[in-house]
Amino acid sequence: MIEQVSVFLENSTGRLAGLTRALGDAGIDMHALMVADTAEYGVIRIVCDTPRRAKALLEGLGFSASLTPVLAVEVPDRPGGLADVLDALGNAGVNVEYAYCFVEPSGQAAVDVFRVDDPACEGVLADAGFRVLSAKDLYITDPE
Amino acid sequence: MPRPQLEDLQLRRLRDLLAKVYANVPLYRDKFDAAGFDPESVTSLADVARIPFTVKDDLRSAYPYGMFAVPLKDIVRVHASSGTTGQITVVGYTRGDIDRWSDLMARTYASGGMDAEDIMQVSFGYGLFTGGLGAHYGSERLGALTIPVSGGNTKRQVQILKDFGVTALGCTPSYALLIAETALDMGIDPRDLPLRVGFFGAEPWSENMRRQIEQALGITAIDIYGLSEVMGPGVAAECVHQNGLHVFEDHFLVEIVDAETFEPVPDGEYGEVVFTTLTKEGIPVIRYRTRDISRIVPGQCACGRTFRRMERVTGRSDDMLIIRGVNVFPSQIEQVLAGVEGVAPHYQVVLSKRGSLDHVEVQVEVAPDFAFDEVRALERLQKSVKSAIDSALAISINVKLVEPKTIVRSEGKAKRVVDLRNE
Repeated sequence: MIEQVSVFLENSTGRLAGLTRALGDAGIDMHALMVADTAEYGVIRIVCDTPRRAKALLEGLGFSASLTPVLAVEVPDRPGGLADVLDALGNAGVNVEYAYCFVEPSGQAAVDVFRVDDPACEGVLADAGFRVLSAKDLYITDPE
Repeated sequence: MPRPQLEDLQLRRLRDLLAKVYANVPLYRDKFDAAGFDPESVTSLADVARIPFTVKDDLRSAYPYGMFAVPLKDIVRVHASSGTTGQITVVGYTRGDIDRWSDLMARTYASGGMDAEDIMQVSFGYGLFTGGLGAHYGSERLGALTIPVSGGNTKRQVQILKDFGVTALGCTPSYALLIAETALDMGIDPRDLPLRVGFFGAEPWSENMRRQIEQALGITAIDIYGLSEVMGPGVAAECVHQNGLHVFEDHFLVEIVDAETFEPVPDGEYGEVVFTTLTKEGIPVIRYRTRDISRIVPGQCACGRTFRRMERVTGRSDDMLIIRGVNVFPSQIEQVLAGVEGVAPHYQVVLSKRGSLDHVEVQVEVAPDFAFDEVRALERLQKSVKSAIDSALAISINVKLVEPKTIVRSEGKAKRVVDLRNE
């Protein structure tokens, strides 16, 4: 599992800009950002370096941030790549709450991020031949 | 009536009243005794300040008949308040009370420019609420043709307005606007109808709203005031000059007191309105604290009436809101939120107008430890908050979830309500 920073935002002008600017000013690099929104509020999901520091920083600035464990899987960047992973999860009876994908510029592969209700599925995917990524594979982790 | 003569009448009526309630209503006798107040000792109107107040709780605790000053056989009608905040309060009227009430409502209409030639549509609700029957009996007393439509079924209201050649309308101000909009939807321009005057009350409204109503319906809109504990509509009313509501001081003694110290304030200053009924037989009330905030408008009215005028009610000394005619206390919302998981007890109520109807948005903070990375969970939370508040308050509201710690904290009394309805 990796740590995703989740932020609850009201839909108001400049709020997302403020959030991303704050991370930028602190030198925290983002690898992925995903917005799920309704008319009144949005949920921002971020994969970034030093997520704990990012969370603390945002909270200090009055944002409502939390850390959510999510599953990151490397998927070959070819047609059907994501479907294969979802099939494997489905066969193992794992429910996916939400998912999003990003491509790391360095690699040939895409990274699929899943919010799942069963942490044991990491083993299921590894057994099925998928490469489950660790935090260190994706971002600079927080100093212990 | 010249003031000295009026005040002489008030004093005589007050002394009679105090003797009567002391003899007949244990609650008053106990109150007076406990305060060391001797009703015989009142020799001038200034002595009123020594009399203990009566509050809503007194009426509640006396439910249903404990405050009646005459035997039940002499009571011919009861009305009651809605009981939103607890026990409903029952008020009883003798034949004489109904008679005086009818006179006072007829006076209300007459001072607003209505006469026996008019055709009056009463669109206040009929029932335990005092509005409908109060407005009805007064209109009949004046000799006007009276149509008891009651509230609701707005299209039919419009049809009757048009077909019956109605010239005068009585209802809540927000309902007047809805009637105007509905008429337009039906292809009827209410300005083309013979309607010429309206008597509006039972909820707070603004000068702005008056202009809207007058414009939309092509009428003169008169503000009327009353409350069931004191009588119902007909306690005070504007005259055609629309500059403050003349208190019918031959029947009601009005005081404005400081909302915190309860000391009387001079004319012109704001405070809580306190009434003493001078002529009521069924349930006389002595120094009843209405919780309504207003002031006495200084000076003489151009109409020549000597009754002093109270300004339209601008607020409440408690935090009660009147939303679509329903009494709501913010504390009720607080209580509901305390029972819902996932939200903080911080909230704000924003009231506005959507068309002619009140729109209520309750802004609620999501609890800081809520797992807010899932939109579905937030939507579920929003729905459960909404249905909990809807069923507790019996009105439909909107819920807006806001970020933790964003609702302004106050060190003193929290500002729970933002009322934009009059803007």
